[in-house]
Amino acid sequence: MPILSLITYAPLVGVAAILALRLTGRADDPKTVGAAKWIALITTLATLALSVLLVAQFDPNTSAFQFVEDSAWFASLHYRMGVDGVSVLFVLLTAFLMPICIAASWRSIETRVLEYLIAFLVLETLVIGVFCALDLVLFYVFFEFGLVPMFLIIGIWGGKRRVYAAFKFFLYTLLGSVLMLAAILAMINISGTSSIPELMTYHFDPAVQTWLWLAFFASFAVKMPMWPVHTWLPDAHVEAPTAGSVFLAGILLKLGGYGFMRFSLPMFPQASHLFTPLVFALSVIAIVYTSLVAFRQVDIKKLIAYSSVAHMGFVTMGIFSGNLQGEQGALFQMLSHGVISGALFLCVGVVYDRMHTREIAFYGGLVARMPVYAAVFMLFTMGNVGLPGTSGFVGEILTMVGTYGASTWTALIAATGVILSAVYALSLYRRVIFGELTNPKLAGVADLDWREAAIFIPLIAGTLILGVYPNSVFNLTQTSVDHLVTVYRTAVGG
Amino acid sequence: MNADLSLVIPQLILGVGALLLLVVGAFSPKSTMAICGAAVATLLIAAYAAATAPFGRAFAGGLVSDQASAFAQVAIYLASAIAIPLGQPWFERRGVRVFEFPVLILLAALGMGMMASSGDLISLYIGVELHSLALYVLAAMHRDNAKASEAGLKYFVLGALSSGLLLYGASLIYGFAGSTVFSDIAVAVKHGANTGVLFGLIFLMCGLAFKVSAAPFHMWTPDVYEGAPTPVVAFFAGAPKMAAMVLFARALAQGFGGAIHQWQQVLVVIALTSVVVGAFWGLAQKNLKRLWAYSSIANIGYALLGLASGDQQGIQAMLVFMVLYMVDVTGFFACLAALSRQGRSMETIDDMAGLFKEQPWIAGAMTVFSLSALGLPPFSGFWAKFYVFKAALGAGLAPAAVAGLVGSVVAAFYYLRLIKVMWFDASQGPTDRPPVEARAIGMTLALFSFPVVMVALVWIDPLARAAAAAFGLA
Repeated sequence: MPILSLITYAPLVGVAAILALRLTGRADDPKTVGAAKWIALITTLATLALSVLLVAQFDPNTSAFQFVEDSAWFASLHYRMGVDGVSVLFVLLTAFLMPICIAASWRSIETRVLEYLIAFLVLETLVIGVFCALDLVLFYVFFEFGLVPMFLIIGIWGGKRRVYAAFKFFLYTLLGSVLMLAAILAMINISGTSSIPELMTYHFDPAVQTWLWLAFFASFAVKMPMWPVHTWLPDAHVEAPTAGSVFLAGILLKLGGYGFMRFSLPMFPQASHLFTPLVFALSVIAIVYTSLVAFRQVDIKKLIAYSSVAHMGFVTMGIFSGNLQGEQGALFQMLSHGVISGALFLCVGVVYDRMHTREIAFYGGLVARMPVYAAVFMLFTMGNVGLPGTSGFVGEILTMVGTYGASTWTALIAATGVILSAVYALSLYRRVIFGELTNPKLAGVADLDWREAAIFIPLIAGTLILGVYPNSVFNLTQTSVDHLVTVYRTAVGG
Repeated sequence: MNADLSLVIPQLILGVGALLLLVVGAFSPKSTMAICGAAVATLLIAAYAAATAPFGRAFAGGLVSDQASAFAQVAIYLASAIAIPLGQPWFERRGVRVFEFPVLILLAALGMGMMASSGDLISLYIGVELHSLALYVLAAMHRDNAKASEAGLKYFVLGALSSGLLLYGASLIYGFAGSTVFSDIAVAVKHGANTGVLFGLIFLMCGLAFKVSAAPFHMWTPDVYEGAPTPVVAFFAGAPKMAAMVLFARALAQGFGGAIHQWQQVLVVIALTSVVVGAFWGLAQKNLKRLWAYSSIANIGYALLGLASGDQQGIQAMLVFMVLYMVDVTGFFACLAALSRQGRSMETIDDMAGLFKEQPWIAGAMTVFSLSALGLPPFSGFWAKFYVFKAALGAGLAPAAVAGLVGSVVAAFYYLRLIKVMWFDASQGPTDRPPVEARAIGMTLALFSFPVVMVALVWIDPLARAAAAAFGLA
């Protein structure tokens, strides 16, 4: 059974069903809209069930690609799918966040609901495809096509400056991607194959590696995003609808880190080693600088967006440390950030749906009216800060340990980022939740309803389980990451 | 002689068909529907004949029949066959009831068929002139419309100038190389072209660059696209470009294969200039037909980059590119021809505001064509660029390839703006019911552009490779 293709294209079944609804009924009929929402939710839950099945069947004792599908296409390309320890959890993460995104948009999206749901389902297919693709060109197809639904999501259902944000998002990432395309084509020409597993063992000439690495870096650094090409992210986040932000922070940002681990490190080890100081420098600048920028924000979403950039700094640092702790930490940090930042954007969405503003100064004293919300927000704020017991802690500590092995100073400066993250996250929490309830408009605000609570429960569970039992992840990734690190270290001779 | 004739059966079918239909039309001008049907049938039969024609050289090398001519002819005849059902009803709705339209398309197709299989400078010129003259008339077909007449005249004057360049170049080449047949010229320039031949070659290339509307010979394109009737633009933005590119490739590869290092650099410059002009000038356009004229200039730049690679992979890339591009551009203009608001054609970007609400399917199709022209995977335009850039990188043209890719990011802005206007902006009021034939053609081509292309390429790829091999480059 081609389970990976099944998971990848399962959301498209939902798309087909919604299109059929659109053809038979009126697009703005409440009955049609309601049915479409249920179709989308059921499709994403089915995809989640399939991904759980995938992880259950996954054999953690081999670093080889599993569930491989391979059939010849044209121009010596292949339709190749497969997962290893690095990618399998991202499939699960995507499938896990998707029903949450759909549920979070249940009431907040009122216009063109059918198109909205279609965009999200297509996005799910594309992102899962990115993580499963084992052919360079197939990877690029999934990777790049993802821009379109996200462009539409930001541009149609976004806030006031949505058009600006959508264009910025699209053009920034496109510029990075076309350079990667040039590198992909060059790699195919040089090596004669587009198969990712084969390329991972192919030795490119170090001089060529440098160029290829830079081209891939252009794309992944923008996706990640790394300082100084991060400026599209706050705009995109602020203008995107809540579910769009959740998906952007939770999954799309992971494509960059995944790309570094799948391509840059194993395929261009010498170049990666050569550019490690550059990546370290950019990472610590991202951690310190964007943390400070986050502290000065007046918009809740923008603050969280900047904090995402800082957290991604830990990821790039960990990946390029080139040792086991660093890689495992980076991988874990990405998963944990996917859950926590997604949850934080949902927290913002909760108050935004009620008050239609994200200005920090507007709020204050919410704990008096929304005690459950305050507790939930507290947990995720702590996760964001990296409190032991939450998943945020494990990733940060491991990436720093790993980096310490590679560059003491980098780790040292990065450690200040942990303090800075406490500064901005806790002060945000204080200003929004604590204090006197002075704004009269907040007097009648209601606490979480059952739908919102149901959305948060899996996220809370995820944060805590990952936090107290991180081996649940490491058991799956260990062999593959071990292999990655061994290959890398042999190649650079360390 | 008979053997010679058997090699040009497709062209004979078209020639005889066009003349017969002209006579039928002259005696019963009312029977336009029947003439259209017969013209489409003629084109389909010609396409079949081209696909099954025997290979060889006819008339002392004047016309060639090989995999390349078969490949190009099938594509060109099919594209011409689409133009007839798209155009005739459009003209009739605007009160222009003329039976000459399908006949002119047939004559243009005949000219293009000759271009695709021309083996010497004389058949090259005859093919170019035959198809150009038909196109000049087609551009001015909507004769009560001042803009259409202007477009026809402009097209004619500038086209005549380019024919002059072409002819001058051809005469120089004949004078210095001693022959008009490509294979004989190839012997003369085996070790590079001497100054006289090179001079002629440059003129020849200028003339052909004119026909494919590559910068800096692109000036006529936006004006003609804007003025000419939309379904006619749908026709001459596609098939004639394909024919001219194949002719370009054949002249360079089979006639001047030894001078590759001399024409390669010229082509790279023309290609990159086209990409830059197409990308930057396009940003300032408000009229969609002008916008797509610049888009086509940029796209021809990419096709020329494939050709500039100067090897088999490059020519295959160019052929695949042109086929896929033809689908895109025909589809886009078919959608545009389907749109009107209270009887007035919708041609500016502002007219498209909120189109998604009024005509979701047409807006969806136009989005597909725009994304495809942008080069976004998995749409056909991406695969077209995939081939071209792979070939360019393989031929050591890495800086040109990267420049071309960056140019595509600039052009992305105007495609995105069109999508933005259609999807994000408020509607400008209801549109008329789109005519069924234009809508059907637009939708079908959009389906080809994505997702069918991903399967279709499995067939197109080996065919194009065989066609490219026929040009005899490494």
